[in-house]
Amino acid sequence: MKYIDEYRNHEVVKAVSQAIHKISEKYISVMEICGGQTHTILKYNFEEYLPKNITLIHGPGCPVCVTPVSIIDKAISLASRNDVVLVTFGDMLRVPGSVGDLLSAKANGKDVRMVYSPLDAVKIAGDNPEKKVVFFAVGFETTAPSNARSVIEAKKLNLNNYYLLCANMLVPPAIEALMNNKNVKIRGLLAAGHVCTVMGLKEYEIIAEKYHIPIIATGFEPLDIITGIYEAVGQIEEDRYEVVNKYSRAVSREGNLHAQKLIELVFDKTDKEWRGIGVIPQSGLKLKDEFYEFDAEKNFILDGIEVREPKDCIAGEILQGMKKPADCISFGKICNPEHPLGAPMVSPEGACAAYFRYRQVQQ
Amino acid sequence: MTNKVQNNINGKLNCPVPYSDYKKILLAHGSGGTLTHELITKLFVSQFDNPKLNVLHDSAVLNINGSKLAFTTDSYVVNPVFFPGGNIGSLAVNGTVNDLAMCGAKPLYISAGFIIEEGFSVEDLNLITQTMRKAADLAGVEIVTGDTKVVEHGKGDGIFINTAGIGIIREGIEILPKNCKPGDVILINGKIAEHGIAIMSKRQGFEFETEIVSDCAALNELVEEILNATQNIHMMRDPTRGGVATVLNEVASSSGCGIFIGENSIPISEQVKGACEILGFDPLYVANEGKLIVFVSPNDAEKVLNIMKNHPLGKDSAMLGIVTADNPGKVIIKTSIGTTRIVDMLSGEQLPRIC
Ligand code: SF4
Repeated sequence: MKYIDEYRNHEVVKAVSQAIHKISEKYISVMEICGGQTHTILKYNFEEYLPKNITLIHGPGCPVCVTPVSIIDKAISLASRNDVVLVTFGDMLRVPGSVGDLLSAKANGKDVRMVYSPLDAVKIAGDNPEKKVVFFAVGFETTAPSNARSVIEAKKLNLNNYYLLCANMLVPPAIEALMNNKNVKIRGLLAAGHVCTVMGLKEYEIIAEKYHIPIIATGFEPLDIITGIYEAVGQIEEDRYEVVNKYSRAVSREGNLHAQKLIELVFDKTDKEWRGIGVIPQSGLKLKDEFYEFDAEKNFILDGIEVREPKDCIAGEILQGMKKPADCISFGKICNPEHPLGAPMVSPEGACAAYFRYRQVQQ
Repeated sequence: MTNKVQNNINGKLNCPVPYSDYKKILLAHGSGGTLTHELITKLFVSQFDNPKLNVLHDSAVLNINGSKLAFTTDSYVVNPVFFPGGNIGSLAVNGTVNDLAMCGAKPLYISAGFIIEEGFSVEDLNLITQTMRKAADLAGVEIVTGDTKVVEHGKGDGIFINTAGIGIIREGIEILPKNCKPGDVILINGKIAEHGIAIMSKRQGFEFETEIVSDCAALNELVEEILNATQNIHMMRDPTRGGVATVLNEVASSSGCGIFIGENSIPISEQVKGACEILGFDPLYVANEGKLIVFVSPNDAEKVLNIMKNHPLGKDSAMLGIVTADNPGKVIIKTSIGTTRIVDMLSGEQLPRIC
């Protein structure tokens, strides 16, 4: 971890910050796409290091946050069945659906389990042949390869009790949706480093060209982020719009071809609903028809659940960077980490949770 | 009298305090964070209400026939029961010894109550009691009374242990959060987050080059050395569940002072830091079982730090930060990149992140 410390070095970060002050003149907004980056920015209180004319806008890249109420309701409904073990990542347990969350289902005696990898869910299925094991697969391109692998593994083991409830989302279509939204005014983008690790940079080259916006593949440590901002500001000041890799210790232009192949093998692209934003075309993944028997949505009856979005939650606007958490009337009042109204208050990567935890504005 | 009682009852009925917004107990109610506090203050303290309890220290301090006693109890639930660096038995003894020591008491006697699930291995039970005996000997306490209950298979997680303890407090010692003053120096006796991460990595089957070992240990001897050396210890607490951040927040809010710490001065091993990165945990909130945080007046800080460093349980002791008059009730950290921010009380359990 000595290695990590280098990316949190006071002197180095400060030097980059001074360089930004020197080149920055225009009033601009730069969006960090990923919730992990938002978390770092708040945790290290980055504003102290940036000139007043640069605003950081927090993007939609928090997998927990963008998972819509409708699919959480489906997960909760599956969890309430006595023949089902619902397995998912820890973060998802607290996200509110229309009524309650998975943690409450667990408190009510339902079999809800937390794992680190979908392969653990496959193992649970193997160990419990009398149960139907549903893995609630959330995340972006980063979790998609291991979700795909779990299905391949289950097929290899001839399991007939493993299912995927698939809420895998894709980042580039969401960025395009943002760029097409007239209310969103961003001049530069910090792309999520780990998504680029899997998918490479080619998709971003198309977007940069189409919308004339610099896109910087950026990591998650303070030095990564401030370097990403420096690159974006430099390009904006000079009216350039290139894709630049500032996370080269993990990202290559091609990405991880093996992981991409796994995704292609198991999933097709599909239209997906994003929390508070609505349906974005071709912005998510679904299981290919040949994996029909593993698809929870095709093997369980999940219709007829009445979806209720929380009335006073502006998660959609927060996730598109149009508003900041403090602009929400519920923030810190009826919505707080103990009683979250929307998902951005739950996940540690959610903007509302990060503001609450590190800023405590308007409490 | 009757009237008064009547009024009390009416008062309660007319204006019920909402003791929880939840209909059922969640795991987060036991995490040591905000929900735990909500449960303790709104339900337990409001019902049991008395001056000795309301201090909410690690132990209650009682005056009996001219002697000052510390009295505490704690229940231990841990999965896995055996972990690198100890087992539920060593936790149960050391935890209660430490709770007494944190009030400045010399721990004397301990009770042990076992709730055992049907089917639990007798050999394992034997190992646990052996460990308890050894831990008690090391800490210089005796286990003088106990209880056993067996519950049906499936109704308990292997084994639960409750221990209570009594200790005696020397004349002149008063360790309370309200004694903290601006300028006080905050010390810790070594690297943080080891217990929590040892348990977590065992539970998740993580492999590291060298195993992360729990810091589970009895701190009474170290505390005694410190108290013998100075009269200026204002507050002590062991950062168990909820970690260092929770203790600092508790002290800040009950003393009305601010606390300022430096991220770069927090002692932590590279391995634990790495594990925390992978899991997405903030080590400041991860449990310790052999650490104490000491608040001492500035004049004696160096002396105490040296005593701590010379003790086997304190060779990595360090200064965490200071108590301030600014930012009353809040904990502020100077981050490693030189900015400052708040360290909050965590609301629930830290859950591993997605990616
Ligand atoms: S503060 Fe709460 S209610 Fe407001 S947008 Fe965030 S999650 Fe929704």
